[in-house]
Amino acid sequence: MSALLPLPTKRDESWRYADLKALEAVWPKLDGPEKIAVAAGESASRQISVLPIIDGVGIVDLDVTIGDGANFALHVLAVAADYGRIQVKATLGKGAHFELGGAILGSGTQTLEIVTETIHAEPNATSNQVVRSVLAGKATGSFLGKINVARDAQKTDAAQSVKAMLLDRTATANAKPELEIFADDVKCAHGATVGELDKQALFYMAARGLPPELAQKLMLQAFIADAFVSMDDDSAREAIESKALEALEHLS
Amino acid sequence: MIKIENLHAQVGDTEILKGLSLELNAGEIHAIMGPNGAGKSTLSYALGGRPGYEITAGSVNFDGQDLLELDPHERAAAGIFLGFQYPVEIPGVSNLQFLRESLNSQRKSRGEEPLSGAEFIKLAKEKAGLLKMDMDMLKRAVNVGFSGGEKKRNEMVQMGIIDPKLAILDETDSGLDIDALRVVGSGINAIMRKPEKAVLLITHYQRLLELVKPDFVHVLAGGRIVKTGGPELAVQLEEEGYEAVAA
Repeated sequence: MSALLPLPTKRDESWRYADLKALEAVWPKLDGPEKIAVAAGESASRQISVLPIIDGVGIVDLDVTIGDGANFALHVLAVAADYGRIQVKATLGKGAHFELGGAILGSGTQTLEIVTETIHAEPNATSNQVVRSVLAGKATGSFLGKINVARDAQKTDAAQSVKAMLLDRTATANAKPELEIFADDVKCAHGATVGELDKQALFYMAARGLPPELAQKLMLQAFIADAFVSMDDDSAREAIESKALEALEHLS
Repeated sequence: MIKIENLHAQVGDTEILKGLSLELNAGEIHAIMGPNGAGKSTLSYALGGRPGYEITAGSVNFDGQDLLELDPHERAAAGIFLGFQYPVEIPGVSNLQFLRESLNSQRKSRGEEPLSGAEFIKLAKEKAGLLKMDMDMLKRAVNVGFSGGEKKRNEMVQMGIIDPKLAILDETDSGLDIDALRVVGSGINAIMRKPEKAVLLITHYQRLLELVKPDFVHVLAGGRIVKTGGPELAVQLEEEGYEAVAA
């Protein structure tokens, strides 16, 4: 994204659920993508729990190159913006791994999205993406995940798991996997669900004495924990989970 | 302890309880038996306050309180424990966390101090031991991956930890093998057979009643109690069937 580029339109597939009106005002102020290069054999990680907000709009744009045998883990929280977007392009070398864990927590009229483009350019690379959304009010939460497997990228193993929980019938969740596979010996698994809190479980918890708001909190906490379970660093995980909990408190 | 008078309850447009009256005093164990569709589970859900079970007439007084005015979690805090026929799985929430939060919520609403982590673990270990349940199972997510028998045993561990005044146990014996039934039966006796407590056992079979001796046995049919007797009534039902006895 750059001031020199024209504003995207809804016809651009990766912007079709975006809040372009909100984007328009801040578009000229945005820099291009932040480039991250993970050298061959190295491991790197990044956590984003606060979006850089300008005029209510928070955009994170990353362009990551993961070298041969290298590993990059990204864990993100899409919260607290009128329009928030975390956009990642990851290009994987031979035997590299890309891990994404993300939670989208929105309410009111927020539009929050995580948009990934994972390019398996070389053989034997793996990627795993887990996104959990909790949406209340009239919020829209979207995950668009494009996976591109090049002709030579045999033995690619790419997985996406996307689940959304709607707290109100007026909220919207979009989950859109997009696979472009040119190699023939690959594994690409993707699953997406949209649901509501399990009413039976809520009654069961109430019958043990849990007030509804606490029962809901426990269930949502467990639901979004999936997004961060892949984090090795316990203190980093606790930090992002506590930010997520804080955001959950404001949802209902 | 609890006095149910002329209770009418419906699910959707179908009336299931049609004027049920029942009274349990402290120190008593009552069994409710009855054919499928008689309203046994509806009674337990209506008393627990499950959404969708609408009370259209009648009253329930629990320890001087109008029970029907309370929300489900308030009924629990007032001292009612509902043992589920089909305990619900809650992925990602550990048994220990669930029970500690539940117990402390109840204590808070009764104006009692919450239990510390250490106090709670000690209590949980004691009750799990009583029901011969491995502590590792209590660390796992609530009922997830548990067998039918393990779920029922877990219900009894929960009852032990929560220590209610009145337990309403809906077919706690179904799905249990003979050994598990014995453990659950002696668990109910150890936890609930006390002068200040009462139990309402909902069951199809007399076998549990050999282990947990009821003071009264009621036959529920067509949404009403149609017959009441002592433990001998359960034996007679087992031998002759509901139709012959309740007719």
